[in-house]
Amino acid sequence: MLSRAADNLYWMARYMERAENMARILDVAYRMSLLPGDERQQRTQWESAIIIAGCEDAYEAAGGRFDAEGVIGYLALDPANPSSIRSSLQGARENARAMRAQITNEMWESLNSTWIEAHGVDSAALRSRGAREYFDWVKERSHLFRGVTAGTMQRDDPYRFVRLGGFLERADATARILDVMYHVLLASPADVGGVVDYYQWAAILRSVSAFRAYRKIYRDTITPMRVAELLILRADMPRSLLACITEIERLLTDLRALYGRDYQSTRLAASMCSRLRYGKMEAIFEQGLHEYLTETIDNNVELGSVIARDFMRPG
Amino acid sequence: MNAIAAFDEMHANGHGVRAPYRGLTEWLEKTDPAALEQKRREADILFRRLGITFAVYGEGGDIERLIPFDIMPRVISAEEWRFLSRGLIQRVKALNLFIADVYGAREILRAGKVPADLVMTNSQYRPEMEGVTLPHGAYTHIAGVDIVRTGEREFHVLEDNLRTPSGVSYMLEDREVMMRLFPELFACHRVAPVGHYPDELLKTLRSVAPASAGDDPAVVLLTPGAYNSAYFEHVFLAEQMGIELVEGQDLLVKDSHVYMRTAAGLQRVDVIYRRIDDAFIDPAVFNPDSALGCVGLFAAYKAGNVTLANAVGAGIADDKAVYAYVPDIVRFYLGEEPILDNVPTWRLRDPDGLAYALAHLEELVVKEVHGSGGYGMLIGPRATKAEIETYRARILSDPSQFIAQPTLALSTCPTFGESGLAPRHVDLRPFVLCGREITVVPGGLTRVALRAGSLVVNSSQGGGTKDTWVLEGPDALDAAGAGRD
Repeated sequence: MLSRAADNLYWMARYMERAENMARILDVAYRMSLLPGDERQQRTQWESAIIIAGCEDAYEAAGGRFDAEGVIGYLALDPANPSSIRSSLQGARENARAMRAQITNEMWESLNSTWIEAHGVDSAALRSRGAREYFDWVKERSHLFRGVTAGTMQRDDPYRFVRLGGFLERADATARILDVMYHVLLASPADVGGVVDYYQWAAILRSVSAFRAYRKIYRDTITPMRVAELLILRADMPRSLLACITEIERLLTDLRALYGRDYQSTRLAASMCSRLRYGKMEAIFEQGLHEYLTETIDNNVELGSVIARDFMRPG
Repeated sequence: MNAIAAFDEMHANGHGVRAPYRGLTEWLEKTDPAALEQKRREADILFRRLGITFAVYGEGGDIERLIPFDIMPRVISAEEWRFLSRGLIQRVKALNLFIADVYGAREILRAGKVPADLVMTNSQYRPEMEGVTLPHGAYTHIAGVDIVRTGEREFHVLEDNLRTPSGVSYMLEDREVMMRLFPELFACHRVAPVGHYPDELLKTLRSVAPASAGDDPAVVLLTPGAYNSAYFEHVFLAEQMGIELVEGQDLLVKDSHVYMRTAAGLQRVDVIYRRIDDAFIDPAVFNPDSALGCVGLFAAYKAGNVTLANAVGAGIADDKAVYAYVPDIVRFYLGEEPILDNVPTWRLRDPDGLAYALAHLEELVVKEVHGSGGYGMLIGPRATKAEIETYRARILSDPSQFIAQPTLALSTCPTFGESGLAPRHVDLRPFVLCGREITVVPGGLTRVALRAGSLVVNSSQGGGTKDTWVLEGPDALDAAGAGRD
């Protein structure tokens, strides 16, 4: 397959996953904003969404306000914001269009019809449809795309680049969500361990579809350290860092076997994976969760650029 | 403005329904017009979902526009098709011999059958191709020959598109959509399938690989990229053939061999189905500003290490000035009378032709010799006095750039529009493949001028497409065999 195709497929999947994660982040902010709280707390919810998305400078430069309308408008609909849901869906579709011969018709039709529908959603349409419904729709379209990919695409190298993009983007999002939300919640003086606190942690778990799993695994009250453990070290949680990096390592090992070459990305993924696999929550908290997650986010970025060097820009 | 009396392919101008259309007519009588309207809407949705779009040059904003599709099929009988395919194969065979001759021994020029200056000073003539020999003498691996019909047995070739003809994806997708929308119609007709075209194309491309390529030549499709008006088709064909769709940036020439950059490293390329013009394939030899091609590609081609389809320089045979000589070309190389007629053509480079044309502008169609896509032409009977005078001035500034033809009464087919069924003018572009052998898939792209009375079928000017049915008669086996040379 062409290097350019590997690049397009990888980004197609990253953008689709990014749209889904953005919908999850906004959904959690929306849920939290419905909880009782003062104006400052309200503002914090929306601000944290902007920080997770990594858009704080651009948003302030654009004069955005930290309220539901401003943040949802910017992160969901703004075509000028390259990380908005709308831009991500467009990016996924444009990358797919550039490589239509590499994906199945079903994959193309799924991305194309998602884009056609998203293209027509403006703030009025979003209001009348309901923001939560819109976020659910985005998640469903992402699930559909993933399912169509799994159900129709041949298991050769293009498939692996699609999967690589999805997992790398997801690992990045999980690390960011956890980092920012943890910071926001622990910094909030009100009601630690109380009712509101409960709802907030529950909302984070829901944002990564892990609320029921938490109940099943711990059968106990929600504590911050367990939430972190669930999202970092649990191999059986599909959005945890360990699960994502394990998949990435497996995919890169497959590519090494397929192409019969040795790659730096395979080695880097293997070392990231073993660090997670043998990691302990106590040690992570000793280092400081924020420091640990910052390092993880940097590693993810590094892994992304090594993958690009190995496969997408050969001499 | 007089309406031109056109041959109606369904009704034969009041003589009852013609045989190929009987099944369709019976079906129409039983079908509620509202149901047709519903089908038309379904077709729109299907096409949009498939992402079938056609970018039109010069349109701002959304470059993806739906090309109109008409749900009424155009029907051609087995016998008519046998005639057409024999004529097409004959013509393409002769044109390939002509191109090889022009870049080789030049016998036809020395025999004075085609004026030497017309060829040698033609902007489509590529001196770089002199003395180059190609596998199987194939230059026009894919030809899209435009045919118009004017009567029961009257077919004319309007132009031979021998460079990078497009539209075959519509032939295939139109059929796909028709079969989804009207399965019952296919059940009561024996329509020759067209879906194997990509297979035939791949077979043709593989058959012209350089001898050094071995048993499993690597074939790629070279596209100018996503902003090209036919990009959808490039994607579609590459996908159907299971070959890589490459851009110039994906290719690399090393030691006169062509490689593509893949995720696994560099890989050798043997045959390039290129959908970019000659001028852009290699900035080192042709247009130095081209970012679409690849430096060194032409050297690799000349060294015989890669095959380009269509060949560089094939355009010399589809030039509108050379067109007028095609009947002579057929006679010269094959010693046969041409099966398919040309449209009578006046060359305005000839003083007689110019004088005649200037005196009859209001009844002629005048075209630029190098024009395409229906741009820059004058349709006399449809033009205003002012338009004719403006055009007259253009002609006089350089007459050799123009040819003139009578305004043909293009045949009409029933077409489903806002006010129900109405006749609209159509043409036909079958696709002729030329490699080790010459083949034609039974069918083609029927283009239809959707506006009442309009004769311009080009999609860039508001034309649409129809599914084209070649019926298999009781002699179906012969009809299929007629595609083989």
